[in-house]
Amino acid sequence: MTVQIPTALRSYTKQKRAVEAEGQNLAEVLSALDRRYPGLRFRIITEQATIRQHIRIFVNEEQARNLSVALRPDDQIHIICALSGG
Amino acid sequence: MPRSKKATSPQPATGSVALLIGTRKGAFVLRGERTRRTWKLSAPLFLGHIVHHLVLDPRDRRTMLMAARTGHLGPTVFRSIDLGNTWKEAKTPPAFPKAPEGQKGRVVDHVFWLTPGHPSEPGLWYAGTSPQGLFRSNDGGITWEPFSYINDDPQYREWMGSVQDGTPDGPKLHSIIVDPRDPTHLYFAMSGGGVHESVDGGRTWTSLVQGLDVVEGFDSADITVHDPHCVRLCPSKPDRLYQQNHCGIYRMERTEGRWVRIGNNMPKQVGDIGFPMVLHPRDPDTAWVFPMDGSTVWPRVSPDGKPAAYVTKNAGKNWTRQDKGFPRSNAWWTVKRQAMTADAHEPVGLYLGTTSGEIWASRTGGTNWTCLARHLPEIYSVEAAEL
Repeated sequence: MTVQIPTALRSYTKQKRAVEAEGQNLAEVLSALDRRYPGLRFRIITEQATIRQHIRIFVNEEQARNLSVALRPDDQIHIICALSGG
Repeated sequence: MPRSKKATSPQPATGSVALLIGTRKGAFVLRGERTRRTWKLSAPLFLGHIVHHLVLDPRDRRTMLMAARTGHLGPTVFRSIDLGNTWKEAKTPPAFPKAPEGQKGRVVDHVFWLTPGHPSEPGLWYAGTSPQGLFRSNDGGITWEPFSYINDDPQYREWMGSVQDGTPDGPKLHSIIVDPRDPTHLYFAMSGGGVHESVDGGRTWTSLVQGLDVVEGFDSADITVHDPHCVRLCPSKPDRLYQQNHCGIYRMERTEGRWVRIGNNMPKQVGDIGFPMVLHPRDPDTAWVFPMDGSTVWPRVSPDGKPAAYVTKNAGKNWTRQDKGFPRSNAWWTVKRQAMTADAHEPVGLYLGTTSGEIWASRTGGTNWTCLARHLPEIYSVEAAEL
């Protein structure tokens, strides 16, 4: 599936705006992303496996509140930097 | 406490000095010539990152660590092994352990303080975080792990209090100190949560709060309410500590084990509240503070809008005002606890950064001050690196 990367994280993805990743749920996708782009996951997910305060993750158009959200291969994932965090 | 071994007093430095500046919006390096008369400001490093601390490893004078996060992204440590030319991120930044299912674990909000380890332990670094956590790296900052037991100890967790018990920017663990005579003799401080010492490499800790005042109405026996702002150890007399506290300026002769409020000798109209504590690299009787208005609602700006450093040359018996070169009025500066420092030259150079983005310096131990840079973002920290 495709994961849209915000500008703040593109230093990890070699400036790619979108990357492909596989997984049955959001946790697996983010782990896969971190294997390919080390360090990315911890900048957006805390050590307690929660989404950081000023990060939003949308699956298609639905906001994910936790990492257990189940995914299908054609889902679109958007990682967003919330407006309040600058 | 450890036996008193003789400390060696370093010779004055003669090389060039670089000021490593951490700000709310990135880091900067202000590099001086050997004379310390001319300075050149770098382009911003990690523009937009919140940089709490940028430190050069004095053991190799090549490695630099930077404690950073952004408004959106979580905390990390960046590392350079070529004096800041190139940077890589830590593989595992400081983080608390994942809590068991159903329990609420802590989350590092930001790395606040970095301390290089003892000269006999190359590659070892300590980090203090907000909320209060103590971490260590054994590989020059590449990987970090919780250090000692305090992060999860029920007694320490009680002393750390809640977010409400810390600074407006969150409770912090800071002032991590390694005795230059003994790598197993350590100190750290917490805002709030007191001052603590270990003489066995962090296996056990004892609190050092005897003699410290606390805010009126609280019990000084309660470690939670102690708020040390900055603790420093005399490099030339390691059994002597100085402290700028929320409630005054103190000195401790470690052999006595009791803090003495030397700030009572400050002028009453100025008071003895502030954030930084700066020590002379070779003279244990000389120290500087930068007072802040601690009255009423704690404005924490230069008293009466007239910035001044104060120096003692007799371990706190007397204090002398040093304001030559500073604005004479209407300068409502705030200088944070990491934002004032000294170099190792003779005479000693002093440097401070304001939250309004100015760097001021004195090449003469505080007798004359000049502005080196202005219009920077809010300054959090200034370290003088001997190159």
